[in-house]
Amino acid sequence: MSIKIEKLTHIYNPKSPFETKALDNVSIEIQDGEFIGLIGHTGSGKSTLIQHLNGLIKPSSGKIIINNLDITDTSVKLVEVRKRVGLVFQYPEHQLFEETVYKDIAFGPFNLGLTEKEIKERVKEAMELVKLSYDQLKDRSPFELSGGQRRRVAIAGVLAMRPEVLILDEPTAGLDPRSRDEILQQIKVLHEKYKNTIILVSHSMEDIAKLVDRIIVMHRGKVALTGAPREVFKQSSILESIGLGIPQITFLMDKLKEAGVHLGEDIFTVEEAKEEILKWIRGKRDA
Amino acid sequence: MLKDITIGQHYPTGSAIHKLDPRTKILVTFALIVGLFLVKNFIGYIFVVSFIIMATIISKIPFKYMIKGLKPLYILITITFFINVFMTSGESLFHIGPLNVTREGLYQAVFMAIRLILLVVGTSLLTLTTSPIMLTDGIEHLLNPFKRIGIPAHELAMMMTIALRFIPTLLEETDKIMKAQIARGADFESGNIINRAKSLVPLLVPLFISAFRRADDLAMAMEARCYRGGDNRTRMKELRMVKQDIVGFAVAGTLIAVLVFLRL
Amino acid sequence: MKSMIEVENVTFQYKNNEEEIKALKDISIKVKKGEFVVIIGHNGSGKSTLAKHINALLLPTEGKVMVKDMDTKDESNMWDIRQTAGMVFQNPDNQIVATIVEEDVAFGPENLGVTPEEIRKRVDEALNIVDMIEYREKAPHLLSGGQKQRIAIAGVIAMRPDCIIFDEPTAMLDPVGRNEVINTIKKLNKEENITIIHITHFMEEAVNADRVIVMEDGKIVLEGTPREVFTQVEKLKILGLDVPQVTDLAHELVKEGISLPADILTVDEMVMELCRLK
Repeated sequence: MSIKIEKLTHIYNPKSPFETKALDNVSIEIQDGEFIGLIGHTGSGKSTLIQHLNGLIKPSSGKIIINNLDITDTSVKLVEVRKRVGLVFQYPEHQLFEETVYKDIAFGPFNLGLTEKEIKERVKEAMELVKLSYDQLKDRSPFELSGGQRRRVAIAGVLAMRPEVLILDEPTAGLDPRSRDEILQQIKVLHEKYKNTIILVSHSMEDIAKLVDRIIVMHRGKVALTGAPREVFKQSSILESIGLGIPQITFLMDKLKEAGVHLGEDIFTVEEAKEEILKWIRGKRDA
Repeated sequence: MLKDITIGQHYPTGSAIHKLDPRTKILVTFALIVGLFLVKNFIGYIFVVSFIIMATIISKIPFKYMIKGLKPLYILITITFFINVFMTSGESLFHIGPLNVTREGLYQAVFMAIRLILLVVGTSLLTLTTSPIMLTDGIEHLLNPFKRIGIPAHELAMMMTIALRFIPTLLEETDKIMKAQIARGADFESGNIINRAKSLVPLLVPLFISAFRRADDLAMAMEARCYRGGDNRTRMKELRMVKQDIVGFAVAGTLIAVLVFLRL
Repeated sequence: MKSMIEVENVTFQYKNNEEEIKALKDISIKVKKGEFVVIIGHNGSGKSTLAKHINALLLPTEGKVMVKDMDTKDESNMWDIRQTAGMVFQNPDNQIVATIVEEDVAFGPENLGVTPEEIRKRVDEALNIVDMIEYREKAPHLLSGGQKQRIAIAGVIAMRPDCIIFDEPTAMLDPVGRNEVINTIKKLNKEENITIIHITHFMEEAVNADRVIVMEDGKIVLEGTPREVFTQVEKLKILGLDVPQVTDLAHELVKEGISLPADILTVDEMVMELCRLK
């Protein structure tokens, strides 16, 4: 499902002393099936942007067209938007409320007006996607589970609505490395399996670098940079000037270049760096 | 609508009235309320109104802002007015359908409406010039002598402080949970009353859970910072009555004396 | 005084739904005065439970915890222990009591019964240390996460503790807030000579510590200087913990037969070592 954002502007508290422009004439195009990493500081406008995509807030001006449907048009039913776009908020486990895991995950599909049979099917599928055992956990209270499991129940609650566009706002915030890696892995598998459009908001350049097709960097309500991870990380000076880091490996490559060792420019994983350095060292030995 | 209510809001200007001891302001406001109920005729109001105008000028709070605070209350004031107009017996002036408007009724209605307006303006003057924390402090000190008869002054004040501290946090949280549930297709706006009440469950359950979790965390954090109730506790900002407070009391005392005199 | 903190063979057990859970299993740790110790581990590894023992918020089932030679089991020591070993928690919103920044910082000293003049002095001092003095009359809910956490730290400093335990203070912050808090912690250790026990699951926060302790399942599984701990790349990976990317790279290169020291922690070290090969 493609997304076209045209000249989107959003002003909070217009015409008051607290007036702030959260989004300033933002235009973005996202292709069907693209995996996008959205990066920016708190207050850069990224949260405002993703809430627009789900119709939770209305733009001050501009348009959002999702597969030929202009969701900013007042005649569009928001249920239609929510069927297409799923939004997983930060700390989504804070929205759990049902007595059982099953009922909580079923809340979204139920609101879509699906049949009992279909709901059951979707709950089962969603739990499988986030690697929660349906038989063992469906009747448990979500509040008895561990933090990482609760988060996965909450994510399953959105997946069960089968959104064609999935937006995740820092899905790993506050988790320990093990739970973080599990969730990122599940998102990756999900994308490979369904080829749906995913927008992942994250602070971690390392995580983003490993997963996404394209990065969008937001700064002060505008798109500051966009492109494949390799291209974006090349702009290390721009990233640093807006206070964002680059993966440590990319930083290492930059430093090596300063020291006169020229290796490949677009390297940001340990694996790639290892290959490059080995090639360089072995090349010198043979020479 | 909600943001128009100025009662309970703080409007800092750093004026002499703002700097008064909160106890002075609470007691004077209390005296003003009692005084208002003593007033029998319009002459009494002249004194009260001039007192409030004087206080407002010194406090540097714009009159417009004070009047705006009455806006959400106009329904209440109108209802009070009409109840008095129609429900007071006496010399008949004219009829509106079956309702009889009397001279006494009209007099009483205007009288009561003014009382209500002055009551609201007077108390909002207290909250506009006093920060919530000072207000809490003042109440705690004023209640202290009643500790012996079992009024937990410190605990009440602590509860008020914590409530004030967490209101914005919980409002923000409500907004967040609401959006998250709407994103899952929840509908908080349509349907009949029963359906709407039901639709609040996905909002209220997480909100309560979060409030309890916060309470738990806060209790532990307070314990870790050696909180053990009000005994032997000191305060960074001690309340001290100064010359200005005495002036405040004197002016308020004179007003009450005049009002009592007028009533005799 | 032998050590600032002495945890001796501590076991902690609690009941959850009729099930006996051992959160700490025979743990012993000694922390010297002025030391900067980082404890790393997953959720449920027992690291937060351990932290609460040092502040006498929890008492050991077996063994004992001594803070500046005071036994946490002796109830008469409780308030002295909490004043000596202050604590900063994870959620910045849930540890601020007052509606004005300086009032909140004053909360601790007020509980200790310090005189008003002295409280004023300590509050200003504490706010200066965390670099938040210009916010002293602001409402806490309008501040960013990192700023709120610094206010919480100031609130503890104003109690003049010898030691501060940080229980995942950065877990809920964005990178900017995390940096603010980490820099403040370093400053407290270096300039104010406060003993620090910092609990986290971010490996990179441990690089500057004097000692790193890795916990898993209620036990200590690794302990040593950051260099000694981080170079156990295989073991850390099995535990599911992060390793700094350059350390990981060095480890991989050594495996390929390149002669590099295995204890590389920073990008600069790596650059230096690689240039030596040139």
